[in-house]
Formats: sequence, structure tokens, C-alpha cells
Amino acid sequence: MATTTAPAKRRTRARDTTVFLKFLMATTGIVFIGYVLLHMYGNLKVFAGQEAFDSYAHHLRTFGEPILPYGGMLWIIRIVLVASILGHLYAAFTLWSRANGARSQRYAVKKAAKATLGSRTMRWGGVAILVFVVWHLIHFTIVKPAINADVSASAIAESPFTMMVASFQLWWMVAIYLLAMIALGLHLSHGTFSAQQTLGWTQTARGYQRARTIGYVVAAVVVVGFALPPLAILFGIVG
Amino acid sequence: MKLTLKIWRQDGPNAKGDFVTYQVDDILPDMSFLEMLDVLNERLIAEGTEPIAFDSDCREGICGMCGLMISGYAHGPKQTTTCQLHMRSFSDGETITIEPWRADPFPVIRDLVVDRSAFDRIIASGGFISVNTGSAPEAHAAPVPKENADRAFVAAECIGCGACVAACPNASAMLFTAAKVTHLGELPQGQPERYSRVVSMLNQHDAEGFGGCTNIGECSAACPKGIPQDVISTLNADLRHALRTGR
Amino acid sequence: MALIDGLYTEGEKIADTKAPNVPIERKWTQRKFDAALVNPANRRKLSVIIVGTGLAGGAAAATLGEAGYRVKSFCYQDSPRRAHSIAAQGGINAAKNYKEDGDSVFRLFYDTVKGGDYRARETNVYRLAEVSANIIDQCVAQGVPFAREYGGLLDNRSFGGVQVSRTFYARGQTGQQLLIGAYQALERQVAAGTVEMFSRHEMLELIVSDGPDGKRARGIIARDLVTGEIETHLADAVVLASGGYGNVFFLSTNAMGSNVTATWRAHRKGAYFANPCYTQIHPTCIPVSGDHQSKLTLMSESLRNDGRIWVPKRREDCDKDPRDIPEEDRDYYLERIYPAFGNLVPRDIASRQAKNVCDEGRGVGPMVGDFRRGVYLDFADAIARLGEDAVRAKYGNLFDMYAQITGENPYETPMRIYPAVHYTMGGLWVDYDLESSIPGLFVAGEANFSDHGANRLGASALMQGLADGYFVLPNTIRDYLAKGPFEELSEADAAVAEARKSVEDRTQKLLSINGERSVDSFHRELGNIMWEYCGMERTAEGLQKAIDLIRALRDEFWRNVRVLGAADTLNQSLEKAGRVADFLELGELMCIDALHRRESCGGHFRAESQTEDGEALRHDDEFAYVGAWEFTPGTAESGIDSGTMGPPVLHKEDLVYQAIELKQRSYK
Ligand SMILES: Cc1cc2nc3c(=O)[nH]c(=O)nc-3n(C[C@H](O)[C@H](O)[C@H](O)COP(=O)(O)OP(=O)(O)OC[C@H]3O[C@@H](n4cnc5c(N)ncnc54)[C@H](O)[C@@H]3O)c2cc1C
Ligand code: HEM
Ligand code: HEM
Ligand code: SF4
Ligand code: F3S
Ligand code: FES
Repeated sequence: MATTTAPAKRRTRARDTTVFLKFLMATTGIVFIGYVLLHMYGNLKVFAGQEAFDSYAHHLRTFGEPILPYGGMLWIIRIVLVASILGHLYAAFTLWSRANGARSQRYAVKKAAKATLGSRTMRWGGVAILVFVVWHLIHFTIVKPAINADVSASAIAESPFTMMVASFQLWWMVAIYLLAMIALGLHLSHGTFSAQQTLGWTQTARGYQRARTIGYVVAAVVVVGFALPPLAILFGIVG
Repeated sequence: MKLTLKIWRQDGPNAKGDFVTYQVDDILPDMSFLEMLDVLNERLIAEGTEPIAFDSDCREGICGMCGLMISGYAHGPKQTTTCQLHMRSFSDGETITIEPWRADPFPVIRDLVVDRSAFDRIIASGGFISVNTGSAPEAHAAPVPKENADRAFVAAECIGCGACVAACPNASAMLFTAAKVTHLGELPQGQPERYSRVVSMLNQHDAEGFGGCTNIGECSAACPKGIPQDVISTLNADLRHALRTGR
Repeated sequence: MALIDGLYTEGEKIADTKAPNVPIERKWTQRKFDAALVNPANRRKLSVIIVGTGLAGGAAAATLGEAGYRVKSFCYQDSPRRAHSIAAQGGINAAKNYKEDGDSVFRLFYDTVKGGDYRARETNVYRLAEVSANIIDQCVAQGVPFAREYGGLLDNRSFGGVQVSRTFYARGQTGQQLLIGAYQALERQVAAGTVEMFSRHEMLELIVSDGPDGKRARGIIARDLVTGEIETHLADAVVLASGGYGNVFFLSTNAMGSNVTATWRAHRKGAYFANPCYTQIHPTCIPVSGDHQSKLTLMSESLRNDGRIWVPKRREDCDKDPRDIPEEDRDYYLERIYPAFGNLVPRDIASRQAKNVCDEGRGVGPMVGDFRRGVYLDFADAIARLGEDAVRAKYGNLFDMYAQITGENPYETPMRIYPAVHYTMGGLWVDYDLESSIPGLFVAGEANFSDHGANRLGASALMQGLADGYFVLPNTIRDYLAKGPFEELSEADAAVAEARKSVEDRTQKLLSINGERSVDSFHRELGNIMWEYCGMERTAEGLQKAIDLIRALRDEFWRNVRVLGAADTLNQSLEKAGRVADFLELGELMCIDALHRRESCGGHFRAESQTEDGEALRHDDEFAYVGAWEFTPGTAESGIDSGTMGPPVLHKEDLVYQAIELKQRSYK
């Protein structure tokens, strides 16, 4: 049959889709993963002693000199991180509100057949991480309050090592950080897999399984890697 | 078997619905879930109460017409269609809650019947290969590597039942959409429209009001055809390609 | 005129007038050439209503939409993708001869006519075989994922009683994949604006106008199943592709909603109903397990390629665990009686022999009534020969389905199967153009009677549906449409008003009876009557009795049915009631047709007509014709519809075989 009609095409764009928002979330998420891994590596330097840790912190600020000014690298990282957080949050909240709108009448009974705890807590877990980060920045970067009565503010300002040790000699401080790390671990256990799926790297059953495994490994490494220094300090192994 | 059924009843699209509790006995383990509802309906008719409306047609698990939320699981606790779920999957004395699919793009028509025409519109937006009748080349002109043919088939098995949407915490129809994108995208015949297809289908998916996917995977666990979650990855990859090439 | 057998009268003979008078190989080309063309610019002015979105209707709507006509497409399901064609499992035939095993258009044609026991119209069947190859090309281009070999080329298998491999398949989901292909093509046209889709709409009446252009089908009355609104849809031509009516038996492999309403209403408006008694009983279904059963499930016949069918030799063994019955105590009855074809004999033979062994008391499985209704389909040999993995790869989804339904593991114990109603070869009478006896009313797919004679070969219904929809109808209907557009009809037109009123009255009547019995209970009873007396084996006496029973039942229905709820909402009882009301009329016609055909042929065994060794005996001298029945209204005695069926008029279309010779079928 001869055709005299062509399907009507509405103008549509790839960047108007929810999947585009997910790309944003995945790329910023991967930036976070990279940052967190680096940060964790830095933190683990506390085991090398005060001098090594402090000089590492110093080195961070002089990195790239003289091309970059003092602290330049750090500022670049900070700008990237802030931009990423904004992007990540924008995408997260847009998708969150879409999802709420997609099911205004809830189920009386709803059970999960397969969903992991990580995947089900992405949103509130993310919020928890956000709260933690704000507190963390106040704690270690912006205000650096002398929480531990035994250590003076000036000593803290002098040496990041001292600052760490002073904080984590307090059990409740360690507890807060450990809780935050669990939230982060959950977020990453799903997030790391999810980012790969979002970016289309898991198109076979094997690739899919691999991404799942990477997710759990990254989460475990991050949780353990971050948890070690505070625990070591608390138990007097370091400091 | 004796069972207590809490069933969602709603008189029409705009009516307010509620659960009604029914007791049934003499249910045989060999009955399908829908036959159990048939038995209840026959009783309701005898009592002069309007029977419960629910959809079904083939009752063989292939047309995709049936679909109920059964005690919190789409199509019930087994990975199958509601019509292929048998009462031997339940235990005597159990209380079962029966709800319609819930998603705003699937409005309730009556009782357990919902309107899934959003799926048709997603397909209409690009879920096809544009070939006019009579103008097809010889079927053997384009061999298809077996892996591609097999993966296309796995994705093509989707029956459009909507369980993926029903089960997804985001009420996303991404598994349904991705199954079609993958089915056609794996085949040489589907290549010319591959990237424009994913863009228009996704736009339609979003316009219908489905949620975005956050890779939770409840969809594939509920899917009676076991469509794997990796098809969503393929959709994502295709969209990324479309983005790169400025579509 | 005097009634024959007290039941019907005989009218004039009819014949097809559209197939051109040239050798059979050239008929279709010639017909396409002769059929008038419609200028593309005029096509927008012509409208077509298509009822049904299965392979036939879906393909036709997509193709006519593509061509530029204004198409309105209807289905009762919530989406066109759910039409009953979706359930077909085994495959689709096509004379591609990819296997180089001697297949050809002529052989497919020959096999189909022979398989239909020489009760199909030669010209139509030849055309079917001719376009079969195009179907595969079309479907592959649409992305239908047919099974392929490692080299990437299409795979074929042999299917249902033929000795060449010409069946294309997509695991056990061929119908689904083909339908999704047609559905996607249809949705493409919906997006393009050429097809307007009306899902959850049920056609309840045909509009036949008798205007200045003559008597023509001009539209339908449909009920919007969601709002209950009765709608009038008008067009220049109407196509019915509403599928088969196997559900008259209550238990069948058809979908729950499959119905005869669309074609029956057309029949009542003057379309002849041909060979209504020709039903196919499929040998490999999962046996009935109890009274609650709402439908039967088919297992693809492809299982017979590797499974061996048997029952115990002795009755005492019937309730034993089949694995404990030694080889020498098993009766592989098909292999024994038909050594050449063995387990691959045509469906009717396999079904009847299964019934015979069960009637002898050698059936297996639970007692249903007085008999065990089941025979074993055993894969033990195949598993030993090919390995369990190979069997799983070939039949995995069917085995899973069996396990799910019965709760038994078919890899370990043999499956149990029993015949069930599956397909109806009868349907509205059509000519070579697929036009019925009402001008402008075309009928395609299972809804017409045309291509399968008294018995359909496996994998040929899908072929017919798509042939009709993609290739035949679009070419023939243009010859009709070229005469249009016809005069505009208004809602006030007498024919429209009458059709509409009859639907409204009937709906009101059904809702107002408020009797004692549910619709299902009537349907079940009708089904029992049909299965008992008009099923696999029929006798004059039984059929007479059935007619009386059906009449009484119909009468009771219109007095005592209980349909609750209202007309202006989704009301599934009301939908069912309308369908069952029509089945109650059809059932009678089926029995009359079966009664008058005093021969055994195809899937239709008349006990009075058998050879000495109990094989079917055909009577070509008396019955080589199509029995096309004309409806006559009766006198209204007890309310609307009931009692309004008068004695039908039989019009015979003689079957003339020029290209092949008539032979008694033998599979021995
Ligand atoms: C279980 C099973 C397996 C089969 N396997 C095979 C196989 O392997 N190979 C093969 O060749 N054949 C097979 N068949 C037969 C084949 O599937 C059917 O004959 C064929 O699909 C019929 O197609 P159709 O388009 O004519 O009608 P259908 O697909 O039945 O479509 C009917 C359409 O009409 C619509 N409709 C009906 N009544 C109304 C109404 N009153 N108002 C509005 N719409 C209406 C329905 O909504 C539907 O869209 C099988 C059949 C069954 C039951
Ligand atoms: C600031 C607060 C944060 C919020 C509110 C938040 C929220 C979310 C949400 C809702 C998702 C989507 C869930 C999903 O895709 O399944 C997500 C994904 C992700 N998040 Fe976060 N998150 C936050 C911080 C972080 C941090 C600090 C990291 C890393 C250290 C991170 C890493 C990821 C990753 C890798 C993903 C996966 C991206 C994807 O799905 O493609 N997030 N986040
Ligand atoms: C036990 C866990 C952690 C410890 C002990 C820790 C310790 C520190 C310390 C000591 C600093 C100050 C470094 C400096 O100024 O040189 C710092 C900064 C920072 N930390 Fe952590 N941190 C932990 C976990 C995290 C986590 C989980 C995140 C993010 C999700 C995070 C994000 C940051 C950020 C963004 C900064 C600021 C960097 C800057 O811009 O100066 N930290 N952290
Ligand atoms: S993807 Fe699975 S669950 Fe979703 S519609 Fe298709 S078959 Fe149903
Ligand atoms: S459950 Fe929902 S979030 Fe995505 S992976 Fe499935 S659609
Ligand atoms: S009724 Fe068809 S899939 Fe359940």
C-alpha cells in the first residue's frame, strides 16, 4: 500500500527528560565518590603520625603552586563540590517531587520484593548526609570550635592533626561520625551501582552484576576507611 | 481453604473508594486467583451485591490485561501474572489485601480496574519501526546475530501489564519503556530511528506523569516476564548517545 | 416453504463472483489489477470502521491508515495490544522454502486444502499461500523477533501434521510477537492521526442503511465500556475482524471476552453465517481440574514434535504413578494406529483418539464426572536423547506454564493433556474480496469462514489473519471504496435510529429482568450442552436434543437472568450478558448446521458416518459445499430477542476443485 502519511513528530529534546536529570545526578555523584575516596585516603594519613598528616594538609594548599595561588587547588575542588552539590540536590528534589506526584494515592499495603535498604533510603539518607556535611564543615573547616575542653582553639588552628585527635577523643563525636558513615555507606552502596546503570554501563547481565559488586565494595571501603581514624583515636592507638 | 479478603471498591473514576472485607471458604488450591474472585462474584450476585470489577482476558499470562496489587505485591507473591497465580501460593486462613495498580497516570476506572492507555501513547510516540506494508525487503536480507536476536526477544516479551509501574516506589514506567527501546534497538531494522525513538518515548513517558527511575529494581522483580533491569541501562545509554548527537 | 427436519429451509445457491476467471496462480494478481484505484487525495474523504485489533484487524487498520483512509478501530480490551491473537504460541506458516525441503506456494496451498478436508474455497487458500512469504518479510522489517539460527538467519520448524519445515516462530510466543508488530504499526498510525482508536468499546449492532446507494453496511453502534454511553459510528465501509466464537463452549482456550456478538449482530442484519458447526478441538490442552475452571489453557502443539503420547494399556494402571508403568504396559496409541505420522497426526485425529481412549476408561488424571479426562504427553525419551537443557531451551516456557497451572514438574512426570475447543473455522460468509453478503461489510481473520475448511492446520490462523489484514483486504476494499464516498448519514436516519434503539432496549431489558441466575451459570450450562452434543463427536439424536435444550435455556435466560448494576458505568456483568445472549442464539444455529451435515469431515465427526475401522467418512457427493445460513426473524413471543429467531435459510456454495483433486484423507 502506498503511504501518503507520515507520522506526526512532536518536537522533543533529550535534555528535557527525567533521564537527563539522572545523568546530572550520576555525574555529580561520581564526583562525590572521587572526592570521598581521596578524602578518605588523606584521613588515613593520621596513622603516619602528626607530622605527615599536617604536611599533607599543608601540601593540599600548596599543590600546584606557583601556577595556582596558595589554597588554589582546594578552592577549585570546593567550587566543583559546591556546583556538584547544587546539581545533585536539584536533580534529587525534582525527581523526588515527581515521584510523589506520580502516586498521590498510596497503597494500604506495599512490600518490597527486591529493593535494597540502600536504594530505599537514598532520599532521606542523602538529606542526612547533607546535614552531616554542614555540621562537618562547621566543625573542621569554617568554625573549628574547641569542643574538647582539654585542647585549646589555638592548638586546633595550628595542627589539623591535633584538631582530629581532640575531636575523636570524645566518644559521642565518634558516634556521630560513625552514624554518618553508615548513612554514606548505604547511599553509596546503591548510588555507585545506580550511577553506572544511569550512565548505561550495565547493559548485560554480567555488567549489571559487576556494577552491583562495585557498589558494595566502594561502600565498604569508604565506611571502613573513614571509620578507622576516629576509632583509632578513640582507642588511643593514634594521638 | 478459608480466606479473608480486603478488597478495594470504588464506584467510578471520581468516587471515593474504600476497602470492603469479604470472607470466602471452599477455595481450592488449584483455583487461580481470578477464579477465586469469580467464585466470590457469583456469591455476591446471588446476594444481590454488584460483583467486583477486575480486568482479565486471556487468563494465560500473555495478554497483560489482568493485574492486582495482592498484599503489597504486584501480581502477588510469585513472579507471574495475577491470572497465573494459584491459590496454592496462599495459606488457609490468610488475610489478603487486594488493591488496584496505583499510579496517577493509571487512574482507577472502577474497583480494581485501571486505565493504562498511557502505555499505548508511549508506544505511539515512537515504539515502532516505520515500515509501510508491502515495502519490506526480503526477510533474509539482514541477518541478526543470535545474541542480539535473543536480547531483543527477552525485551519484546513485555506484555504491557503495568506491574512495573505498580511496584516501582517512584511509579516509574521506565522498565516498560526501556523494554521497547531495547527490543527495537537491538535489531538492525531498528537502527535508523534508534536515537530519535528513545527521545520521543521518554518525553512521552514523562509527559504522562510517571516518576523518574532511580534504579531500585522492584519493577523487574515484579515483572511477570522477568524483563531484566539492564534494559533500563540500554535506554540510558541510548539517551546519552542522543544527547551527544544533539537530539 | 416446508421446513427441513423441522428446523430450516433451503434457499438459492450462492457463489463467489469476484475471483477472476484466470488460472489459479494468476487470480490474485489479476484481481489486484482489476480492483479500482482510489486517488490518494480522495482517501481522506473515505472512512472505514474496523472492529477488532487482532492480527487481522490490527494489520488492516494500520495498512488502511497508512494508505490514507480515515480509520476508526475498535476493541473491547483496554488496549489493542491485548487482542486474543496474542495468545497464539506455536508459529506462523509461510512458503519461504528456506529449508529447501520441497516447500512451495503450491504445497502450502495443497496442504491447507487437504488439512481442511476439502471444505475450503480453493481460490482463497491459494492466495493465502501466495502472500504468506510477504508476511514474513513484513514482520521481520517491523522488528518481530523470530527465532534465528546461529548464522543469524531465520529458523523454521515443522508443525501440526506437515512434513516440511515452514513454520516461523518466536519461542512459544509467536502470536504475541506478531500482534505487537501489528499493534506498533497501528499505534504509529494513531500518532499520525490516520487511525482513531476506540479501546474498551464493544460493537453491539451493525448499521445497514437502505439509502439511494442501495443496501450497505454504513456503521456500528458501540458501547463505551467505561462510561456506558451508546455511541453511533458511521463510515463508508465496515470491517469485522472480531475473532472466533469458541467461547460458546464456555470452556475453551479463547480469551474470556472472545465473543460472537459482532458477527452475530451482522448475521441478524443479513450477513450469511457459513459452516457455524466447524470448530476445532485442540489435542494438547491442560485437562480440566474442577468446576471452578474458567478457561482452558493450550499447550503448543509443537510439544508433539518431541513428546510421545500414551495411556496405560490396562484400566487398572490408570491411577498409578506413570513412571512406575513399564514400557510394555503403555499404549502409544497414535504411533500404533498411524505409524507414518505417529504423534504428529492432524489435530482432529489426535483429539478424537484421545477422547476414544478416555471413553474406553483408559484416561489418566483426576476423575471429572465419570471419566478420567487426560492422556500422557511424555518427554522422558526426548530428555534422554537431547538432554534436559535442550528440552528446556525448546519448550521451557511451556513447561513452566504447565508447572504453574498444575503444580507438577513436567521434567519429572509426564504431562497430562486433553483436547479443548480452540478455534472456529466457521464464520461470516465472504467472497474472494472478503466481502460478506451485505455490501460494504468485510470480514477478516477468524471471524470469516474462508480459508480453513472443516479443519485448520496448525500455524495457519496467524498466517490468515495477517494475510487478510496486511495484503488482501487493503487491496480488495479499495474496489468498494472507489464507489464512495457514500451519501452522508445522520443520526436521525431510520437505519441508525433503529440500530441504536435496539441496543438501548436490549441493555435496559437485560438490566431489568432481575431474575435468579447469574450470567455465568447460563453460559456454563450452554457450554455443557455444546460440548456434549456438538463437540468432538455428534449424532443426529444428540443434536436434536441439544437444540431443544438450548431453546429452553435461552427462554429461561430472558426470564430469569440477573444482571446487577447500571448501564452508565463499567458493568462487566452486563457485557457478559450481552455476549451470552448471542451465544445462546448461535449455539442453536451451530447445532442445526451440524445436524444437517450428515458426514464426518475435518474436526467434525458424525457417528453415523464412519468407516468400518471407525475413521471419519466424508461424503463429497452430497456435502462438498459451504453451508451459508441466512437469518430470518421469528415472531416475538417472550420479550426482546428471545423467540425472535426464525428458521434459518441454507444457501449452498458448491466447492469446485480445479487445481487439486478431491481425495479422502488418510493418515494411516
Ligand atoms: C491459545 C491459542 C493458541 C493459538 N496458536 C496458534 C498458532 O500457534 N498458530 C496459528 O496460526 N494460530 C493459532 N491460534 C489461532 C489464532 O491465534 C487466532 O485464530 C487468530 O489470532 C485470530 O485473529 P483475529 O485477528 O481474527 O482475531 P482476534 O485476535 O481474536 O481479535 C479479535 C478482536 O476483535 C475485538 N472484538 C471482538 N468482539 C468485539 C466486539 N463485539 N466489539 C469490539 N471489538 C470486538 C477484540 O477486542 C479483538 O481486538 C491460537 C489460538 C489460541 C486460542
Ligand atoms: C547532599 C545531600 C545528598 C542528597 C540529598 C542526595 C540524594 C540523592 C538521591 C535522591 C539520589 C538518587 C537516588 C538514586 O539514584 O537511586 C542520589 C544518588 C546518588 N548520590 Fe546522592 N545525595 C546527597 C549526597 C551525596 C553524596 C555526598 C554522595 C557521595 C559521596 C552522593 C552520591 C550519590 C551517587 C553516586 C548517586 C547515584 C547517582 C545515580 O543514581 O545515577 N550523594 N543522591
Ligand atoms: C570520619 C570521617 C571524616 C573525617 C575524620 C573527616 C575529617 C576532615 C578534616 C580533618 C577536614 C579538614 C581538612 C583540612 O581543612 O585540611 C575535613 C574537611 C572536609 N570534609 Fe571531611 N572528614 C570525614 C568525613 C567526610 C565525609 C563523609 C565527607 C563528605 C561526604 C567529608 C567532606 C569534607 C569536606 C567537603 C571538607 C572540606 C574541605 C575543604 O574545602 O576544606 N568529610 N574533613
Ligand atoms: S515490563 Fe514487565 S511488568 Fe512492566 S509492563 Fe512489561 S511485562 Fe508488565
Ligand atoms: S522499580 Fe522503579 S526506580 Fe527504576 S529500576 Fe524499576 S523503575
Ligand atoms: S488475563 Fe491475560 S495476562 Fe492475565
